[in-house]
Amino acid sequence: MEVGITHYLILSGILFSIGLFGALSKRNAVGILMCIEIMLNAANIAVVAFSKYLAPDTVLLTGHVFALFVIVVAAAEAAVGLAIVIALYKNRRSVDVDEVNSMKE
Amino acid sequence: MTGADYAFWVFAILGGLAALGVVMMRNLFRAALLLVLCFFTVAGIYGSLSADFLAVAQVLVYMGAISVLIIFAVMLTRDMRRGNPFNRAWPSVLVVCGFLMAGIIYVVVETTWPTVDVSPAVTGAAIKDGTSSTAAIAETVFDKDSGFLLPFEIAGMLILAAVIGAVALVRDK
Repeated sequence: MEVGITHYLILSGILFSIGLFGALSKRNAVGILMCIEIMLNAANIAVVAFSKYLAPDTVLLTGHVFALFVIVVAAAEAAVGLAIVIALYKNRRSVDVDEVNSMKE
Repeated sequence: MTGADYAFWVFAILGGLAALGVVMMRNLFRAALLLVLCFFTVAGIYGSLSADFLAVAQVLVYMGAISVLIIFAVMLTRDMRRGNPFNRAWPSVLVVCGFLMAGIIYVVVETTWPTVDVSPAVTGAAIKDGTSSTAAIAETVFDKDSGFLLPFEIAGMLILAAVIGAVALVRDK
């Protein structure tokens, strides 16, 4: 069977669902950030697959540019997110997100 | 099946297993190493989509920079007693994400995508002309009329602000 856009989109959906499951069901903040990175990668696969199969090569490679900007935002997000996690650990000696509820009351 | 098809299957299966391992692994450091493998397989997927520049950028940014950040965070917040456990809601989350995955696969399979025919002759000609995707992406981003110059500059500002913010967050008062 020839690999087409369907295969890439299904792979993207599977990776996204795995990442979403991890992001919602983990208690360690670093683990949650790792799962968010998986989700961003899954979205990128879909964008690049659309760019290859739905737009002719001669037209602008807009999907690739989108994926590049997503990579940039993911880098910024990882830096700030992990800084927040480390600041949290310094204050609380824990990175368990279930224990971070001081804004609840 | 062509070589690119084989590459897709190898990288897709490896990437899916690595992502599952990231979620399931109790040891957070091993999960981080599997995440690096997952990033690498995504780079391979980009390669099989003939997105060479993105594959290199993925290896540089994700495997080079973000993985190091994450491993540093794992080391600095070492919580060996707890590891990386699930929270109380994980069974319902599993059901919801299973339905989401099934829905996505159903929609993708049922839709007839208006694909253009990317015959090997077309891509072969493009390679022969010497237009790799790097030059094409550069022309797309920096095109004077329909380019992405303003988003490009904003992305630079975003990175700068994020780095300064990260330093300010973890700095000792």
